[in-house]
Amino acid sequence: MDIYAEEIISHYEHPHNKGRLDSSSASFHELNPLCGDEITIYLKIEKGAVADVKFDGEGCAISIGSASMLTDELKGMKISDIEKMGVKNVVELLGIDPGPARLKCATLSLKATQKALQTYQKDAKK
Amino acid sequence: MSVMALDVEKIRKDFPILDIKMNGKPLVYLDSAATSQKPKKVIAAISKFYKRYNANIHRGVYQISVKATEEYEKSKKKVASFINSESFEEIVYTRNTTESINVVALGWGEQNIRKGDHILISEMEHHSNIIPWQILAKKKGAVLDYIKVDRKTAHLDEASIEDQLAKSPKLVSIAQCSNVLGTINDVKRIAGQAHKMGALVLADAAQSVPHMPVDVRDLDVDFFAFSGHKMLGPTGIGVLYAKRILLEQMPPVFGGGDMIRSVDFLDFTPNELPWKFEAGTSNIEGGIGLGVAIDYLKKYRMADIRKHETEITKYALERLGNANINVFGPDIKDTDSRTGVISFEVPGVHPHDVAAILDSEGVAIRAGHHCAMPLVVNVLGKTAVSRMSFYLYNNQNDIDVAIGALDKVRDKFRHSRG
Repeated sequence: MDIYAEEIISHYEHPHNKGRLDSSSASFHELNPLCGDEITIYLKIEKGAVADVKFDGEGCAISIGSASMLTDELKGMKISDIEKMGVKNVVELLGIDPGPARLKCATLSLKATQKALQTYQKDAKK
Repeated sequence: MSVMALDVEKIRKDFPILDIKMNGKPLVYLDSAATSQKPKKVIAAISKFYKRYNANIHRGVYQISVKATEEYEKSKKKVASFINSESFEEIVYTRNTTESINVVALGWGEQNIRKGDHILISEMEHHSNIIPWQILAKKKGAVLDYIKVDRKTAHLDEASIEDQLAKSPKLVSIAQCSNVLGTINDVKRIAGQAHKMGALVLADAAQSVPHMPVDVRDLDVDFFAFSGHKMLGPTGIGVLYAKRILLEQMPPVFGGGDMIRSVDFLDFTPNELPWKFEAGTSNIEGGIGLGVAIDYLKKYRMADIRKHETEITKYALERLGNANINVFGPDIKDTDSRTGVISFEVPGVHPHDVAAILDSEGVAIRAGHHCAMPLVVNVLGKTAVSRMSFYLYNNQNDIDVAIGALDKVRDKFRHSRG
């Protein structure tokens, strides 16, 4: 199957929500040491939901395209729903199955988001 | 392209994997710098060992153990003659190049490197020739220095070699060929300069021994490390050559069976060379397979293999240049100091995507930092690059298919821009 759907490439070349959030409530830098792809997710959280989100980083079409599409999806989502997201949701979102070789690229931004939320929750408990 | 010295079409028939399809397309294998494919003879020899004379070596008195021992030891003699070492006693089997370099760091380095000593490597090294020295330097309080890579020529910077040698390093450890740039370093000349300054010299020969004639005595290196799997042999067998006197002085690194002459409750006497450095049951099939791989390479002559790869490389560089692909490494006019390794980038497309689209066309290339992060990140200024690499079984058609696939990469990414 062709994983390079036009929509993904279009997101890669013109990514949505790219940049930093200065007033973020949580952020996390995740990297794929195998290929050097890296993504930082910035989340602004209000009343248990994502008020705003941005990402920064460098990577392949699959990792950047999925970060762009994921951040669109995250806006307005409840933290508890994001925590439940998994590979299945990413595949649904992308509309393609990236296959085992590229799964890490596809899920890099979700992983960063969930880790950012973990630190956010930990800090909130303090 | 001129008439080839090698009968590549005949050679291709010896490699069963070249008949397979990848994603429905005939396999075009352009990743021999990562690992080479294996000829039928090597596969058959390994199979024959297990079917006909599998037994442990150096201990059995029965016939098949004697046969296994003979075949294994014969392979060391083949390795010794292949690199023109004086004797098989200078040939230590390891798992791979990385382990060979680690044995030097753990054995010779442990014994000889002291606080404040300098160890000299270069900016174009593979991680296998960086990390063992970082570990050693940290442990001993030694200093790790780097010969700079000339950003324009992709060669080691002459002035930097002199500057760094002036610090009188104890050891100079450099790649004979870069696995990213393809640059062939003049190890013989650097060894001469280094010896004058009192340093010992290690050459990482992982990318040279499989592709060109080498002669350790002519190069006058003290240590020489390479892997079987990059030279048509199986995985898990590597070679450390060292001058006999160094192996005699070096303490054993691994303890266990086979590396001893005698043991009592308090102490042991190490075995003779080279067994002193090979603890435990050896990779017997690996040694035997490597021996057969060397027979195969010798049949086609290393000088002819080198010539063929140079021609293929020149052709690929021309095609890539015409396709406006950015190529790293020595200039196309400088193919005499370049192996069949070409790192490149398609502007605007991540190397991972390039490799994935090529995969869908049946073309196997590598993308990433190629285990040379300081070179790729700090010298080339990239997070990753794509790399194609050639061997004796690659032909002009392989390059044509790869170039065609690169056109598809561009189409795909250009399409959405419109």
